[in-house]
Amino acid sequence: MLLAAGSAETALAFLEIGLLVGGLGILSALASRLGVTAVPLYLIAGLAFGEGGIKELDVSEGFVSLTGEIGVLLLLFTLGLEYTDHELREGLRTGTRQATLDMVLSAGTGLAFGLLLGWSPLASVLLAGVTWVSSSGVISKVLDDLGRLGNRETPSILNLLVMEDLAMAIYLPVVAALIVGGTVTETISGVAVALGVVAVILAAALRYGTALSDRLVRTSDESLLLTVFGLVLFVAGTAQTLQVSGAIGAFLVGLALSGKTEERTAVLVSPLRDLFAATFFVFFSFQIDPTDLLSMLGWAALLAVITSITKVATGWYAAARAGVARNGRVRAGTMLIARGEFSIVIAALGADLADGPELGALSAGYVLLTAVLGPLATRFSAPIDSGVQRALSPFRQRMRFSTS
Amino acid sequence: MTEVRETLLPGVGVRHEFTNEDGRDMGVIVHHDGRREFLMYSAKDPDSCAQLFTLSETDTATLAEILGVSVVNEVVSEVRQDLGGLALEWIELDDDHCAVGSSIGDGAYRSITGASIIAVIRNSRPIPEPGPDFQLFAGDIAVIVGTHDEVNDLRLALCS
Repeated sequence: MLLAAGSAETALAFLEIGLLVGGLGILSALASRLGVTAVPLYLIAGLAFGEGGIKELDVSEGFVSLTGEIGVLLLLFTLGLEYTDHELREGLRTGTRQATLDMVLSAGTGLAFGLLLGWSPLASVLLAGVTWVSSSGVISKVLDDLGRLGNRETPSILNLLVMEDLAMAIYLPVVAALIVGGTVTETISGVAVALGVVAVILAAALRYGTALSDRLVRTSDESLLLTVFGLVLFVAGTAQTLQVSGAIGAFLVGLALSGKTEERTAVLVSPLRDLFAATFFVFFSFQIDPTDLLSMLGWAALLAVITSITKVATGWYAAARAGVARNGRVRAGTMLIARGEFSIVIAALGADLADGPELGALSAGYVLLTAVLGPLATRFSAPIDSGVQRALSPFRQRMRFSTS
Repeated sequence: MTEVRETLLPGVGVRHEFTNEDGRDMGVIVHHDGRREFLMYSAKDPDSCAQLFTLSETDTATLAEILGVSVVNEVVSEVRQDLGGLALEWIELDDDHCAVGSSIGDGAYRSITGASIIAVIRNSRPIPEPGPDFQLFAGDIAVIVGTHDEVNDLRLALCS
């Protein structure tokens, strides 16, 4: 497309993409200096260069859009790579109750919030997804940075993340089918087809995953990278053709790979993912009008506060079930506050809905707040907890007097 | 020996921990990438821990050698050792392996791949030098030897 156009246009595209990606590099460096995830900074960069921002991109928008789509696939693919099927089965065995509470509290709040804002049920279901999924990317990094991987509340946190990611394997295709919509029967058959396709890909992944991994284990890095990248795009494209979210196809390919092949692929693909995913976040906020974001910021803050409380409750419950004491429960709860890449992926699905612009603006503001404040909250969970206790103690005493 | 407790950390690896003679809990996280993270749990808040240090897979093996203990690695079921170009590998056979149910001679493994099955461990009992008539079953652990490539080929021959 754009390469076929005149060389002046190509040159302009190079300049735009070069400046954009280079700028993201500087933002990413800034983010790691500040000890926060780069996602919020990418979103802000997208706001600045998108609709109604300080400078709009002209020629390279099509390119950035497609790269962003690939970024989503690679995000989901690497997420699938992270887990072994043993871990998934253990998660399902031990974590269903915590995961259900998580869904009821956090997704339920998002759903109710959307309906109260007067949005369509579908947009509200998407907002439920946005508030539901904690960011495994942010959380695993924060756990590592704070040296909490060995803590006793950590398995509870990681199990919840596994369950949320698994739940997405059902949520995303169902929502994708709902968005395509049509009559009631068309929608129902769409959902059924979606779930069927997921089941078929999952079965194939479990059946042939090991054999595939063994075939690939001896190939060169170059060949492995190209084969896997091609496979991810092909499966995602097949899923997309059947109106099932392509992202889930990519996730299941990630699950299928195992052993040495999985490790090598993770190393090879992660730089690609960083590049493509960064452009996805930028492109998402390209489409958001900064004035929309500002007008939704109050709602975003309110939603962030409520769903932070629901996440703290979930983490508290999950850690308590693992026999962890108060401090650890508070650490687990606050750790789960951060939302990130997944929330944006879900919000992006609704871009074409009538409530899409509002959903996008609200979600961007929401992720900006939780992704920055969540890690801070968990870093300072102990002083925050004692502060809350001190603030509540007069009430408690009064309660005690009134009951005695 | 002291009881070692094992916890799965999805996406990270496995955590092993035990209570030492002073009554403090200590732990090691074996990451998926082979890194080992050594931990000491806090006396004040036993749910939290301090990272003592982190070692690479190779350094862990060195440390284990100094301490004179074997390196336990529950994460991988297949172990490979390299002895100057010669590879020795343990492969646990399950129902998915096509070799299960047929004899070693049927597979003609040595003539096809060059590597040989030098022993089979069945129900924790070693059976050295199994002959061509030897039937392989699910749950068997085949000990195979050959050059790197030959062992890889044999592994594929057993699986595919």
